[in-house]
Amino acid sequence: MSLVDEEEKQRAVLAPEFYRKMLAVRLFEQRAIELYTRGEIRGVIHPYIGEEAVAVGACAVLNNDDYVVSTHRGHGHCIAKGASLDRMMAELLGRSNGYCRGKGGSMHVAAFEVRMLGAIGIVAAGIPIAVGAGLSVKLRKTHQVVICFFGDGAVNQGAFHEGLNMAAVWNLPVVFLCENNFYAISTHVSRVSAVTEVARRSCAYDIPGKRVDGNSVWAVYEAVQEAVARARDGSGPSLIEAVTYRYEGHYVGDPGHYRPSDELKKWRQNDPIVRLREELIAKGYLEPKTLEKLQQEVSQQVERAVEFARKSPHPAEEELRSDIYGGNREK
Amino acid sequence: MREISYRDAINETLREEMERDERVILLGEDISLYGGPRRVTWGLVESFGEDRVRDTPISENTIIGTGLGAAITGMRPVVEISYIDFALLAMDQIGNQVAKLSYMTGGQTKVPLVIRTQGGSGGGTAAQHSQSLEMLFVHIPGLKVVIPATPYDAKGLLKTAIRDDGPVIFIEHKLLYVVKGMVSVKEYLIPFGELAIARRGSDITIVTYSAMLLKVMEAAEMLHQEGIEVEVLDLRTLIPLDIDGVLASVKKTGRLLIVHEASLVGGMGAEIAAQVQEQAFDYLDAPITRLGAASVPIPYSESLERLVFPNKEKIVAAAHALIGLPSPSF
Repeated sequence: MSLVDEEEKQRAVLAPEFYRKMLAVRLFEQRAIELYTRGEIRGVIHPYIGEEAVAVGACAVLNNDDYVVSTHRGHGHCIAKGASLDRMMAELLGRSNGYCRGKGGSMHVAAFEVRMLGAIGIVAAGIPIAVGAGLSVKLRKTHQVVICFFGDGAVNQGAFHEGLNMAAVWNLPVVFLCENNFYAISTHVSRVSAVTEVARRSCAYDIPGKRVDGNSVWAVYEAVQEAVARARDGSGPSLIEAVTYRYEGHYVGDPGHYRPSDELKKWRQNDPIVRLREELIAKGYLEPKTLEKLQQEVSQQVERAVEFARKSPHPAEEELRSDIYGGNREK
Repeated sequence: MREISYRDAINETLREEMERDERVILLGEDISLYGGPRRVTWGLVESFGEDRVRDTPISENTIIGTGLGAAITGMRPVVEISYIDFALLAMDQIGNQVAKLSYMTGGQTKVPLVIRTQGGSGGGTAAQHSQSLEMLFVHIPGLKVVIPATPYDAKGLLKTAIRDDGPVIFIEHKLLYVVKGMVSVKEYLIPFGELAIARRGSDITIVTYSAMLLKVMEAAEMLHQEGIEVEVLDLRTLIPLDIDGVLASVKKTGRLLIVHEASLVGGMGAEIAAQVQEQAFDYLDAPITRLGAASVPIPYSESLERLVFPNKEKIVAAAHALIGLPSPSF
């Protein structure tokens, strides 16, 4: 069999699962936006819609015991790493069966059971934490890998420089994955970054840097595969820049008036989920009927998550003062 | 028991804990080959290697974040911030990450992280290397704040800190490193939230902590010569705070003076005064008095610096005023 055939065969196996995960992220978030608009979810949520190929392509490379560190826009990373939709939705509704017992919410969903170490709500603050997880892996000699997600806004924080330098000088198994969606809240990357191609910054740390199409799950998957292999064999960190776009505003309710009116339209024509679906059909990876069934299953799964969340009790008053000093529950 | 310095007590504790538990690692600037900016980690790299006694770049925020990331994935790091003043560079990681991660994840993770640092005036170290910033940490829920004054306490409290499953800010004082004291050879741990009665007395209670304990003890001796018996309480940990220990003493003496090197405004004295008047107002024979640093950046010149902090004379004068004696002329 030729290399091309081999790759085709592998894609045929992976594609349906990638599609299922990406769809789960999108439908979960669409439902979350509805619940937010109806007032069932409070605070703030930062939708990932449009960027699903990055989380799914990247996490597909990882083993169960590999780590992920996420951001305020973290639902996609959580779902892609294998977190339960039920417990995630319960968390968004602030309920006691949520991953964080209702104490974190959308911006801080963590799922340690799948080694998702937290959605960190301060821009770039997850980077040092990922470096620490990488150091721990190296010292424990467990050959795990850490993927650290962050946005284009994060690269202008000191923590980005400090963290990449430290990971590079210590040769740590961390993949730094920048989701460049072009906007740090409202500010276009060209207005605040001297170097707008984030991947080019890798030369400052003498580590590999690669810019990929973040709306192609395959491009992300392959780049991350290479970086993870490198990290796992002890060759150190990499920087990957996945170029993508968020359809929603920075948060639900953001009017988004800072973006040119045709920009979103253009990106919608490049939708990562539509692209994969077309490929699934064109290449015959899935029968139309099976595809239909898969979509229904995901949709039902999201509905079940909403039901689970709504039925879950609100946290009891004792929760207020538990877990303050370093956790006191065996997990 | 043998007499060793505060520095050696901490060094010995780190060594013992690293021998006991291989998950204990040290991270910080100049702590490895150089032996520590204050020589506290002297000799440890020779015993444990550079993997476990690790020199870091000058990146305080990421030093803390790295400690945190390691702490939530199976290690028990002790990270060093060489001056408490530099902790201001790391306040995101300390205040928003370390202090919050356990709570905001609903207890999914423990955070067994110790942040060692040192503060206080070193006699001429001026505005950016002399501060007493413990209250910054006291004010952030999720952190325990430990601040030992003696070699004995430094050892027993650091052991407890390293074995604690939550984050601990462990604040040393740069002038205490050379101070010697009796330290048991046998292992002991000192629980958090229990003050030490450094001197017993019945006329007046003086609450203090860290290096100011030495000044208070000198003042107490002077007052004893005059027939005034001072009960000196060393808080040892600010969070958790042993307010019951303070109340018990105040109920006996009826007079309370609080002395610290940190700024008077918004200092620990204000917190203790508030709690004592809430809980023991009827026991007080005089208004609660506080002594702390003047609200100024710490000046370099000795003639100016000595005006900033409480000293033996100011403590004695404050005690006299509490008792109702006229101010002596110094």
